[in-house]
Amino acid sequence: MELVSQIGGGVTNGLAYIGSLASLAGRAAWYTFVAPFRGKPLRLGRAFSQAMDVGVRALPILSLITFFIGLILALQSAYELRKFGAIDLVATAVAISMTRELGPLITAIVVIGRSGSAFAAEIGTMKVTEEIDALQTMAISPVAFLVTPKFMAMIAMLPCLTIWANTMGILGGALFGVAQADFTVARYVRASIDALFLRDIITGLVKSVMFGITITAVGCLEGLNTGAGAEQVGKSTTRAVVMSIFMVVVVDLVFTMLFFFLGG
Amino acid sequence: MATDELEMDRDGLDADAMVSLRDLRVSYGDREILHGISFDVKRGETMVILGGSGSGKSTLLRTLVGLERPSAGEIWIRGKNLAEISQDEMDEIRKHIGMSFQGSALFGSMTVGDNVALPLREHTMLEDSTIEIMLRLKLEQVGLAGFEYYMPSQLSGGMMKRAAVARALAMDPEILFFDEPSAGLDPIIAAGIDQLILELKKAFRMTIIVVTHELASAFLIADRMVLIDKGNVVAIGTTQEMRNSTQPRVRQFLDRVAEPEVARELDYLQMLTEDRRPANMPGGKGRA
Repeated sequence: MELVSQIGGGVTNGLAYIGSLASLAGRAAWYTFVAPFRGKPLRLGRAFSQAMDVGVRALPILSLITFFIGLILALQSAYELRKFGAIDLVATAVAISMTRELGPLITAIVVIGRSGSAFAAEIGTMKVTEEIDALQTMAISPVAFLVTPKFMAMIAMLPCLTIWANTMGILGGALFGVAQADFTVARYVRASIDALFLRDIITGLVKSVMFGITITAVGCLEGLNTGAGAEQVGKSTTRAVVMSIFMVVVVDLVFTMLFFFLGG
Repeated sequence: MATDELEMDRDGLDADAMVSLRDLRVSYGDREILHGISFDVKRGETMVILGGSGSGKSTLLRTLVGLERPSAGEIWIRGKNLAEISQDEMDEIRKHIGMSFQGSALFGSMTVGDNVALPLREHTMLEDSTIEIMLRLKLEQVGLAGFEYYMPSQLSGGMMKRAAVARALAMDPEILFFDEPSAGLDPIIAAGIDQLILELKKAFRMTIIVVTHELASAFLIADRMVLIDKGNVVAIGTTQEMRNSTQPRVRQFLDRVAEPEVARELDYLQMLTEDRRPANMPGGKGRA
Protein backbone atom coordinates (compact mmCIF):
# COMPACT_ATOMS: atom_id res chain seq x y z
CA MET A 1 0.00 0.00 0.00
CA GLU A 2 2.86 2.28 1.00
CA LEU A 3 4.53 1.67 -2.38
CA VAL A 4 1.35 2.38 -4.34
CA SER A 5 0.80 5.66 -2.52
CA GLN A 6 4.43 6.64 -3.10
CA ILE A 7 4.13 5.89 -6.82
CA GLY A 8 0.82 7.82 -6.91
CA GLY A 9 2.44 10.78 -5.13
CA GLY A 10 5.39 10.71 -7.52
CA VAL A 11 3.15 10.68 -10.59
CA THR A 12 1.02 13.53 -9.20
CA ASN A 13 4.11 15.61 -8.43
CA GLY A 14 5.51 14.91 -11.90
CA LEU A 15 2.30 15.99 -13.59
CA ALA A 16 2.08 19.10 -11.39
CA TYR A 17 5.66 19.97 -12.39
CA ILE A 18 4.87 19.58 -16.10
CA GLY A 19 1.77 21.72 -15.50
CA SER A 20 3.89 24.50 -13.94
CA LEU A 21 6.32 24.35 -16.89
CA ALA A 22 3.44 24.62 -19.35
CA SER A 23 1.88 27.47 -17.39
CA LEU A 24 5.17 29.42 -17.38
CA ALA A 25 5.67 28.84 -21.11
CA GLY A 26 2.04 29.86 -21.71
CA ARG A 27 2.47 33.12 -19.80
CA ALA A 28 5.64 33.87 -21.74
CA ALA A 29 3.75 33.19 -24.98
CA TRP A 30 1.03 35.63 -23.85
CA TYR A 31 3.64 38.33 -23.18
CA THR A 32 5.19 37.66 -26.61
CA PHE A 33 2.13 37.44 -28.84
CA VAL A 34 -0.79 39.13 -27.03
CA ALA A 35 0.57 41.73 -24.60
CA PRO A 36 2.35 43.86 -27.25
CA PHE A 37 -1.07 44.52 -28.82
CA ARG A 38 -2.34 45.74 -25.45
CA GLY A 39 0.27 48.43 -25.07
CA LYS A 40 2.79 46.39 -23.11
CA PRO A 41 6.36 46.50 -24.36
CA LEU A 42 8.02 43.54 -26.09
CA ARG A 43 11.56 43.55 -24.74
CA LEU A 44 13.44 42.88 -27.98
CA GLY A 45 16.63 44.49 -26.69
CA ARG A 46 16.78 42.13 -23.72
CA ALA A 47 15.90 39.18 -26.00
CA PHE A 48 18.72 40.18 -28.37
CA SER A 49 21.35 40.32 -25.63
CA GLN A 50 20.10 36.97 -24.29
CA ALA A 51 20.35 35.55 -27.83
CA MET A 52 23.98 36.68 -28.02
CA ASP A 53 24.66 34.89 -24.77
CA VAL A 54 22.72 31.72 -25.54
CA GLY A 55 23.68 31.48 -29.20
CA VAL A 56 26.77 33.28 -30.38
CA ARG A 57 28.88 32.70 -27.29
CA ALA A 58 28.07 28.97 -27.36
CA LEU A 59 29.55 28.54 -30.85
CA PRO A 60 33.19 27.74 -30.00
CA ILE A 61 32.47 24.98 -27.49
CA LEU A 62 29.54 23.61 -29.48
CA SER A 63 31.68 23.47 -32.65
CA LEU A 64 34.42 21.57 -30.90
CA ILE A 65 32.09 19.06 -29.25
CA THR A 66 30.00 18.32 -32.35
CA PHE A 67 33.11 18.06 -34.56
CA PHE A 68 34.44 15.37 -32.23
CA ILE A 69 31.06 13.66 -32.02
CA GLY A 70 30.96 13.53 -35.85
CA LEU A 71 34.43 12.00 -35.88
CA ILE A 72 33.48 9.46 -33.20
CA LEU A 73 30.32 8.53 -35.12
CA ALA A 74 32.36 7.97 -38.28
CA LEU A 75 34.86 5.78 -36.43
CA GLN A 76 32.14 3.73 -34.74
CA SER A 77 30.07 3.18 -37.87
CA ALA A 78 33.15 2.42 -39.98
CA TYR A 79 34.02 -0.33 -37.51
CA GLU A 80 30.88 -2.26 -38.56
CA LEU A 81 30.55 -1.03 -42.15
CA ARG A 82 34.10 -2.07 -42.98
CA LYS A 83 33.14 -5.70 -42.39
CA PHE A 84 30.63 -5.47 -45.22
CA GLY A 85 32.91 -3.47 -47.48
CA ALA A 86 30.47 -0.60 -47.21
CA ILE A 87 32.77 2.01 -45.74
CA ASP A 88 31.42 4.50 -48.28
CA LEU A 89 28.21 4.54 -46.25
CA VAL A 90 30.01 6.30 -43.38
CA ALA A 91 28.96 9.67 -44.79
CA THR A 92 25.31 8.61 -44.85
CA ALA A 93 25.40 7.17 -41.33
CA VAL A 94 27.02 10.28 -39.85
CA ALA A 95 24.76 12.71 -41.72
CA ILE A 96 21.54 10.97 -40.72
CA SER A 97 22.45 10.40 -37.06
CA MET A 98 23.66 13.96 -36.69
CA THR A 99 20.71 15.74 -38.25
CA ARG A 100 17.91 13.55 -36.91
CA GLU A 101 19.20 12.93 -33.41
CA LEU A 102 22.61 13.88 -32.17
CA GLY A 103 22.81 17.43 -33.55
CA PRO A 104 19.69 18.62 -31.68
CA LEU A 105 20.45 16.53 -28.58
CA ILE A 106 24.10 17.53 -28.15
CA THR A 107 23.19 21.16 -28.82
CA ALA A 108 20.49 20.96 -26.15
CA ILE A 109 22.89 19.45 -23.64
CA VAL A 110 25.56 22.11 -24.28
CA VAL A 111 22.89 24.83 -23.98
CA ILE A 112 21.60 23.30 -20.72
CA GLY A 113 25.11 23.42 -19.30
CA ARG A 114 25.75 26.98 -20.43
CA SER A 115 22.37 28.71 -20.34
CA GLY A 116 19.77 26.57 -18.55
CA SER A 117 21.95 26.56 -15.44
CA ALA A 118 22.67 30.29 -15.85
CA PHE A 119 18.94 31.07 -16.05
CA ALA A 120 18.26 29.22 -12.81
CA ALA A 121 21.25 30.82 -11.07
CA GLU A 122 20.41 34.33 -12.28
CA ILE A 123 16.72 34.22 -11.39
CA GLY A 124 17.42 32.28 -8.18
CA THR A 125 19.93 34.91 -7.01
CA MET A 126 17.45 37.66 -7.86
CA LYS A 127 14.83 35.83 -5.80
CA VAL A 128 17.18 35.54 -2.81
CA THR A 129 18.21 39.21 -2.96
CA GLU A 130 14.55 40.35 -3.22
CA GLU A 131 15.09 41.66 -6.76
CA ILE A 132 12.09 39.65 -7.99
CA ASP A 133 9.99 41.23 -5.22
CA ALA A 134 11.36 44.64 -6.22
CA LEU A 135 10.25 44.06 -9.82
CA GLN A 136 6.77 43.15 -8.62
CA THR A 137 6.46 46.20 -6.36
CA MET A 138 7.45 48.33 -9.37
CA ALA A 139 4.52 46.78 -11.26
CA ILE A 140 6.90 44.95 -13.61
CA SER A 141 6.04 41.31 -14.19
CA PRO A 142 9.08 39.08 -13.63
CA VAL A 143 7.74 36.73 -16.32
CA ALA A 144 7.52 39.56 -18.84
CA PHE A 145 10.81 41.15 -17.84
CA LEU A 146 13.04 38.14 -17.19
CA VAL A 147 11.46 34.97 -18.54
CA THR A 148 9.93 36.04 -21.87
CA PRO A 149 13.16 37.42 -23.41
CA LYS A 150 14.85 34.14 -22.51
CA PHE A 151 12.13 32.14 -24.30
CA MET A 152 12.44 34.36 -27.38
CA ALA A 153 16.22 34.01 -27.42
CA MET A 154 16.14 30.24 -26.98
CA ILE A 155 13.47 29.60 -29.59
CA ALA A 156 15.39 31.70 -32.09
CA MET A 157 18.86 30.42 -31.30
CA LEU A 158 18.47 26.69 -30.67
CA PRO A 159 17.53 25.80 -34.28
CA CYS A 160 20.42 27.96 -35.54
CA LEU A 161 22.84 26.27 -33.17
CA THR A 162 21.47 22.88 -34.23
CA ILE A 163 22.13 23.59 -37.93
CA TRP A 164 25.64 24.67 -37.00
CA ALA A 165 26.10 21.52 -34.89
CA ASN A 166 24.91 19.32 -37.79
CA THR A 167 27.42 20.98 -40.11
CA MET A 168 30.29 20.62 -37.68
CA GLY A 169 29.37 16.97 -37.05
CA ILE A 170 29.42 16.25 -40.77
CA LEU A 171 32.80 17.98 -41.07
CA GLY A 172 34.04 15.82 -38.18
CA GLY A 173 32.94 12.76 -40.11
CA ALA A 174 34.63 14.15 -43.21
CA LEU A 175 37.96 14.19 -41.41
CA PHE A 176 37.72 10.41 -41.04
CA GLY A 177 36.31 10.02 -44.54
CA VAL A 178 39.24 11.89 -46.10
CA ALA A 179 41.89 10.28 -43.92
CA GLN A 180 40.68 6.68 -43.99
CA ALA A 181 38.08 6.08 -46.70
CA ASP A 182 39.33 7.67 -49.92
CA PHE A 183 36.85 10.54 -49.82
CA THR A 184 37.68 14.05 -50.84
CA VAL A 185 36.05 16.76 -48.71
CA ALA A 186 33.79 17.79 -51.61
CA ARG A 187 32.75 14.20 -52.32
CA TYR A 188 32.10 13.51 -48.62
CA VAL A 189 29.94 16.61 -48.27
CA ARG A 190 28.03 15.76 -51.46
CA ALA A 191 27.47 12.19 -50.23
CA SER A 192 26.15 13.60 -46.94
CA ILE A 193 23.79 16.00 -48.66
CA ASP A 194 22.56 13.24 -51.00
CA ALA A 195 21.83 11.04 -48.00
CA LEU A 196 19.64 13.62 -46.34
CA PHE A 197 16.02 14.36 -46.98
CA LEU A 198 14.55 17.71 -46.06
CA ARG A 199 12.35 15.98 -43.49
CA ASP A 200 15.43 14.72 -41.61
CA ILE A 201 16.57 18.27 -41.13
CA ILE A 202 13.09 19.55 -40.29
CA THR A 203 12.37 16.87 -37.67
CA GLY A 204 15.67 17.80 -36.01
CA LEU A 205 14.79 21.47 -36.03
CA VAL A 206 11.28 20.87 -34.67
CA LYS A 207 12.87 18.93 -31.84
CA SER A 208 15.38 21.70 -31.20
CA VAL A 209 12.58 24.28 -30.83
CA MET A 210 10.85 21.99 -28.31
CA PHE A 211 14.16 21.52 -26.47
CA GLY A 212 14.58 25.29 -26.32
CA ILE A 213 11.14 25.73 -24.76
CA THR A 214 11.82 22.89 -22.29
CA ILE A 215 15.25 24.17 -21.20
CA THR A 216 14.01 27.73 -20.68
CA ALA A 217 10.89 26.65 -18.80
CA VAL A 218 12.84 24.35 -16.45
CA GLY A 219 15.69 26.84 -15.87
CA CYS A 220 13.36 29.76 -15.17
CA LEU A 221 10.90 27.74 -13.06
CA GLU A 222 13.70 26.36 -10.88
CA GLY A 223 15.04 29.90 -10.49
CA LEU A 224 11.64 31.29 -9.53
CA ASN A 225 11.11 28.43 -7.04
CA THR A 226 14.39 29.08 -5.24
CA GLY A 227 14.01 29.16 -1.46
CA ALA A 228 15.71 31.57 0.92
CA GLY A 229 19.50 31.63 1.18
CA ALA A 230 22.50 31.39 -1.12
CA GLU A 231 22.69 27.63 -0.69
CA GLN A 232 19.29 27.30 -2.34
CA VAL A 233 20.60 28.98 -5.51
CA GLY A 234 23.11 26.15 -5.89
CA LYS A 235 20.40 23.58 -5.34
CA SER A 236 18.07 25.15 -7.94
CA THR A 237 20.90 25.32 -10.45
CA THR A 238 21.71 21.65 -9.98
CA ARG A 239 18.03 20.74 -10.18
CA ALA A 240 17.63 22.86 -13.32
CA VAL A 241 20.46 20.98 -15.08
CA VAL A 242 19.34 17.50 -14.03
CA MET A 243 15.64 18.15 -14.74
CA SER A 244 16.42 19.81 -18.09
CA ILE A 245 18.49 16.86 -19.28
CA PHE A 246 15.74 14.47 -18.19
CA MET A 247 12.95 16.54 -19.74
CA VAL A 248 14.88 16.99 -23.00
CA VAL A 249 15.31 13.23 -23.29
CA VAL A 250 11.59 12.73 -22.60
CA VAL A 251 10.62 15.35 -25.19
CA ASP A 252 13.09 13.74 -27.62
CA LEU A 253 11.48 10.34 -27.10
CA VAL A 254 7.96 11.72 -27.55
CA PHE A 255 8.83 13.53 -30.77
CA THR A 256 10.91 10.68 -32.18
CA MET A 257 7.95 8.36 -31.62
CA LEU A 258 5.61 10.90 -33.14
CA PHE A 259 7.75 11.27 -36.27
CA PHE A 260 8.21 7.49 -36.46
CA PHE A 261 4.48 6.80 -36.44
CA LEU A 262 3.74 9.73 -38.73
CA GLY A 263 6.24 8.23 -41.14
CA GLY A 264 8.70 11.15 -40.84
CA MET B 1 -19.54 40.63 -0.93
CA ALA B 2 -22.33 42.88 -2.24
CA THR B 3 -21.27 46.19 -3.78
CA ASP B 4 -23.26 48.42 -1.41
CA GLU B 5 -21.74 46.56 1.51
CA LEU B 6 -18.34 47.41 0.04
CA GLU B 7 -19.33 51.05 -0.29
CA MET B 8 -20.43 51.04 3.33
CA ASP B 9 -17.07 49.67 4.39
CA ARG B 10 -15.34 52.39 2.45
CA ASP B 11 -17.58 55.04 3.99
CA GLY B 12 -16.65 53.73 7.40
CA LEU B 13 -12.99 54.59 6.71
CA ASP B 14 -11.21 57.73 7.77
CA ALA B 15 -11.26 60.06 4.74
CA ASP B 16 -7.81 61.33 5.67
CA ALA B 17 -6.29 57.86 5.72
CA MET B 18 -3.86 56.86 2.95
CA VAL B 19 -3.77 53.24 4.10
CA SER B 20 -6.47 51.53 6.14
CA LEU B 21 -6.27 48.01 7.51
CA ARG B 22 -9.37 46.27 8.81
CA ASP B 23 -9.04 42.94 10.63
CA LEU B 24 -6.21 41.89 8.28
CA ARG B 25 -5.26 38.25 8.48
CA VAL B 26 -2.42 36.58 6.57
CA SER B 27 -1.58 32.88 6.58
CA TYR B 28 1.22 30.76 5.14
CA GLY B 29 -0.53 27.46 4.50
CA ASP B 30 -2.28 26.49 7.72
CA ARG B 31 -0.24 28.83 9.88
CA GLU B 32 -1.78 32.23 10.50
CA ILE B 33 0.91 34.92 10.83
CA LEU B 34 -1.23 38.03 11.30
CA HIS B 35 -4.33 37.62 13.45
CA GLY B 36 -6.53 40.58 12.61
CA ILE B 37 -4.57 43.83 12.28
CA SER B 38 -6.47 47.13 12.11
CA PHE B 39 -5.05 50.65 11.93
CA ASP B 40 -4.94 53.69 9.65
CA VAL B 41 -2.02 55.62 8.26
CA LYS B 42 -2.89 59.26 7.64
CA ARG B 43 -1.82 61.32 4.65
CA GLY B 44 1.64 62.80 5.14
CA GLU B 45 2.48 60.97 8.34
CA THR B 46 5.36 58.64 9.05
CA MET B 47 4.13 55.44 10.62
CA VAL B 48 6.71 53.09 12.09
CA ILE B 49 5.76 49.44 12.45
CA LEU B 50 7.78 48.11 15.39
CA GLY B 51 8.15 44.52 16.37
CA GLY B 52 10.65 41.83 17.25
CA SER B 53 11.93 39.09 14.96
CA GLY B 54 9.09 36.78 13.95
CA SER B 55 6.43 39.27 15.12
CA GLY B 56 4.92 39.38 11.62
CA LYS B 57 5.96 42.96 10.83
CA SER B 58 7.76 42.03 7.61
CA THR B 59 4.79 39.91 6.51
CA LEU B 60 2.59 42.93 7.20
CA LEU B 61 4.77 45.12 4.98
CA ARG B 62 4.86 42.51 2.21
CA THR B 63 1.07 42.32 2.34
CA LEU B 64 0.76 46.11 2.16
CA VAL B 65 2.72 46.19 -1.12
CA GLY B 66 0.81 43.22 -2.53
CA LEU B 67 3.57 40.59 -2.29
CA GLU B 68 1.37 38.45 -0.03
CA ARG B 69 -2.39 37.99 -0.33
CA PRO B 70 -4.48 38.49 2.81
CA SER B 71 -6.45 35.41 3.87
CA ALA B 72 -9.15 37.66 5.35
CA GLY B 73 -9.78 41.31 6.14
CA GLU B 74 -9.27 44.46 4.10
CA ILE B 75 -6.44 46.76 3.06
CA TRP B 76 -7.60 50.04 1.53
CA ILE B 77 -5.11 52.03 -0.54
CA ARG B 78 -6.25 54.70 -3.04
CA GLY B 79 -9.88 53.69 -2.54
CA LYS B 80 -9.27 50.05 -3.49
CA ASN B 81 -9.34 46.98 -1.29
CA LEU B 82 -6.14 45.08 -2.05
CA ALA B 83 -7.74 41.83 -0.92
CA GLU B 84 -10.19 41.88 -3.79
CA ILE B 85 -8.55 43.59 -6.75
CA SER B 86 -7.15 42.05 -9.93
CA GLN B 87 -3.46 41.91 -10.85
CA ASP B 88 -3.88 44.85 -13.27
CA GLU B 89 -5.50 47.00 -10.58
CA MET B 90 -2.75 46.03 -8.14
CA ASP B 91 -0.13 47.07 -10.69
CA GLU B 92 -1.91 50.40 -11.11
CA ILE B 93 -1.67 51.03 -7.34
CA ARG B 94 1.97 49.93 -7.35
CA LYS B 95 2.80 52.75 -9.75
CA HIS B 96 1.88 55.14 -6.92
CA ILE B 97 3.91 53.47 -4.18
CA GLY B 98 7.63 53.05 -3.69
CA MET B 99 9.41 50.37 -1.71
CA SER B 100 12.93 50.28 -0.33
CA PHE B 101 13.96 46.73 0.54
CA GLN B 102 16.08 45.60 3.46
CA GLY B 103 18.94 44.43 1.23
CA SER B 104 18.39 47.28 -1.29
CA ALA B 105 17.40 44.78 -4.03
CA LEU B 106 19.15 46.81 -6.73
CA PHE B 107 19.52 44.93 -10.01
CA GLY B 108 23.13 43.83 -10.03
CA SER B 109 23.34 43.63 -13.81
CA MET B 110 22.35 47.30 -14.32
CA THR B 111 24.06 50.56 -13.46
CA VAL B 112 22.67 52.70 -10.64
CA GLY B 113 21.21 55.04 -13.24
CA ASP B 114 19.46 52.21 -15.12
CA ASN B 115 18.09 50.93 -11.82
CA VAL B 116 16.53 54.29 -11.05
CA ALA B 117 15.33 54.78 -14.63
CA LEU B 118 13.74 51.33 -14.91
CA PRO B 119 10.25 52.21 -13.58
CA LEU B 120 10.22 55.35 -15.77
CA ARG B 121 11.23 53.39 -18.87
CA GLU B 122 8.65 50.69 -18.13
CA HIS B 123 5.66 52.84 -17.22
CA THR B 124 6.04 56.17 -19.00
CA MET B 125 6.46 57.29 -22.60
CA LEU B 126 9.09 59.88 -21.61
CA GLU B 127 12.00 60.62 -23.94
CA ASP B 128 15.37 59.18 -22.94
CA SER B 129 16.74 62.68 -22.39
CA THR B 130 13.91 63.50 -19.96
CA ILE B 131 14.43 60.24 -18.11
CA GLU B 132 18.15 61.07 -17.88
CA ILE B 133 17.33 64.41 -16.23
CA MET B 134 14.83 62.81 -13.86
CA LEU B 135 17.17 60.07 -12.74
CA ARG B 136 19.90 62.62 -12.02
CA LEU B 137 17.42 64.62 -9.98
CA LYS B 138 16.40 61.55 -7.98
CA LEU B 139 20.01 60.61 -7.34
CA GLU B 140 20.73 64.15 -6.22
CA GLN B 141 17.80 64.01 -3.80
CA VAL B 142 19.36 61.04 -2.04
CA GLY B 143 22.88 62.48 -2.13
CA LEU B 144 24.24 60.27 -4.91
CA ALA B 145 24.76 62.85 -7.66
CA GLY B 146 27.29 61.61 -10.21
CA PHE B 147 26.93 57.92 -9.35
CA GLU B 148 24.64 56.99 -12.23
CA TYR B 149 27.28 55.02 -14.12
CA TYR B 150 28.41 52.98 -11.11
CA MET B 151 27.38 49.35 -10.75
CA PRO B 152 25.58 48.54 -7.47
CA SER B 153 28.48 46.28 -6.45
CA GLN B 154 30.79 49.31 -6.47
CA LEU B 155 28.70 51.11 -3.84
CA SER B 156 28.90 50.84 -0.05
CA GLY B 157 25.93 49.54 1.96
CA GLY B 158 24.67 53.01 2.81
CA MET B 159 24.99 54.19 -0.79
CA MET B 160 23.10 51.13 -2.02
CA LYS B 161 20.28 51.95 0.40
CA ARG B 162 20.22 55.52 -0.95
CA ALA B 163 20.18 54.30 -4.54
CA ALA B 164 17.28 52.00 -3.67
CA VAL B 165 15.43 54.98 -2.20
CA ALA B 166 16.10 56.94 -5.40
CA ARG B 167 14.59 54.05 -7.40
CA ALA B 168 11.58 53.95 -5.06
CA LEU B 169 11.16 57.70 -5.62
CA ALA B 170 11.39 57.44 -9.41
CA MET B 171 7.64 57.47 -10.05
CA ASP B 172 6.97 60.23 -7.46
CA PRO B 173 5.06 57.87 -5.17
CA GLU B 174 2.36 58.93 -2.74
CA ILE B 175 3.36 56.29 -0.23
CA LEU B 176 6.91 55.16 0.48
CA PHE B 177 7.58 51.86 2.26
CA PHE B 178 10.84 51.01 4.00
CA ASP B 179 11.83 47.55 5.19
CA GLU B 180 14.44 47.81 7.96
CA PRO B 181 16.15 50.92 6.52
CA SER B 182 19.08 50.80 8.94
CA ALA B 183 19.69 47.03 8.92
CA GLY B 184 23.34 46.15 8.40
CA LEU B 185 24.54 49.77 8.45
CA ASP B 186 26.91 51.37 10.96
CA PRO B 187 25.33 53.93 13.32
CA ILE B 188 26.58 56.95 11.37
CA ILE B 189 25.38 55.70 7.98
CA ALA B 190 22.10 54.57 9.56
CA ALA B 191 21.62 58.07 11.02
CA GLY B 192 22.16 59.42 7.49
CA ILE B 193 19.33 57.22 6.19
CA ASP B 194 17.08 58.45 9.04
CA GLN B 195 17.94 62.00 8.04
CA LEU B 196 17.06 61.20 4.42
CA ILE B 197 13.65 59.87 5.48
CA LEU B 198 13.01 63.04 7.49
CA GLU B 199 14.03 65.22 4.54
CA LEU B 200 11.73 63.32 2.15
CA LYS B 201 8.87 63.79 4.55
CA LYS B 202 9.55 67.50 4.91
CA ALA B 203 10.15 68.18 1.23
CA PHE B 204 7.35 66.12 -0.33
CA ARG B 205 4.90 65.63 2.55
CA MET B 206 5.02 61.97 1.61
CA THR B 207 3.23 59.24 3.53
CA ILE B 208 5.96 56.96 4.82
CA ILE B 209 5.60 53.52 6.36
CA VAL B 210 8.72 52.05 7.96
CA VAL B 211 9.21 48.58 9.40
CA THR B 212 12.04 48.44 11.90
CA HIS B 213 13.19 47.16 15.25
CA GLU B 214 15.77 49.94 15.73
CA LEU B 215 14.28 51.99 18.55
CA ALA B 216 16.48 55.07 18.25
CA SER B 217 15.71 55.38 14.55
CA ALA B 218 12.02 54.68 15.10
CA PHE B 219 11.60 57.45 17.69
CA LEU B 220 13.50 59.89 15.49
CA ILE B 221 11.48 59.45 12.30
CA ALA B 222 8.02 58.41 13.50
CA ASP B 223 4.91 60.55 13.91
CA ARG B 224 3.07 57.52 15.16
CA MET B 225 4.09 53.95 15.77
CA VAL B 226 2.40 50.60 16.02
CA LEU B 227 3.89 47.70 17.97
CA ILE B 228 3.20 44.27 16.53
CA ASP B 229 3.75 41.14 18.59
CA LYS B 230 2.98 37.56 17.54
CA GLY B 231 0.76 38.81 14.73
CA ASN B 232 -1.34 41.19 16.84
CA VAL B 233 -1.32 44.94 17.36
CA VAL B 234 -0.14 45.50 20.93
CA ALA B 235 -0.16 49.28 20.97
CA ILE B 236 -0.53 52.19 18.63
CA GLY B 237 0.10 55.87 19.27
CA THR B 238 2.37 58.86 18.89
CA THR B 239 6.00 58.56 19.93
CA GLN B 240 5.14 60.39 23.17
CA GLU B 241 2.23 58.06 23.93
CA MET B 242 4.46 55.07 23.34
CA ARG B 243 7.18 56.45 25.60
CA ASN B 244 4.64 56.99 28.38
CA SER B 245 2.89 53.66 27.87
CA THR B 246 2.66 51.44 30.92
CA GLN B 247 1.56 48.39 28.94
CA PRO B 248 3.94 45.56 29.95
CA ARG B 249 4.68 44.36 26.39
CA VAL B 250 5.42 47.92 25.21
CA ARG B 251 7.65 48.55 28.22
CA GLN B 252 9.47 45.26 27.65
CA PHE B 253 10.15 46.16 24.00
CA LEU B 254 11.14 49.76 24.64
CA ASP B 255 13.24 48.96 27.71
CA ARG B 256 14.87 46.03 25.87
CA VAL B 257 14.08 43.41 28.52
CA ALA B 258 14.80 39.80 27.52
CA GLU B 259 11.99 37.23 27.51
CA PRO B 260 11.76 35.43 30.91
CA GLU B 261 12.45 32.02 29.33
CA VAL B 262 15.54 33.39 27.55
CA ALA B 263 16.77 34.84 30.84
CA ARG B 264 16.28 31.44 32.50
CA GLU B 265 18.20 29.71 29.68
CA LEU B 266 21.05 32.18 30.15
CA ASP B 267 21.17 31.40 33.89
CA TYR B 268 21.28 27.72 33.09
CA LEU B 269 24.07 28.25 30.55
CA GLN B 270 26.07 30.24 33.06
CA MET B 271 25.61 27.49 35.63
CA LEU B 272 26.81 24.87 33.13
CA THR B 273 29.92 26.80 32.10
CA GLU B 274 30.87 27.46 35.72
CA ASP B 275 30.50 23.78 36.58
CA ARG B 276 32.60 22.61 33.65
CA ARG B 277 35.38 25.11 34.10
CA PRO B 278 38.62 23.09 34.51
CA ALA B 279 40.13 22.95 37.98
CA ASN B 280 43.25 24.90 37.01
CA MET B 281 41.27 27.80 35.48
CA PRO B 282 40.79 30.95 37.53
CA GLY B 283 37.36 30.81 39.11
CA GLY B 284 37.13 27.06 38.47
CA LYS B 285 35.85 24.61 41.02
CA GLY B 286 39.34 23.45 41.98
CA ARG B 287 40.26 26.81 43.45
CA ALA B 288 37.20 27.04 45.63
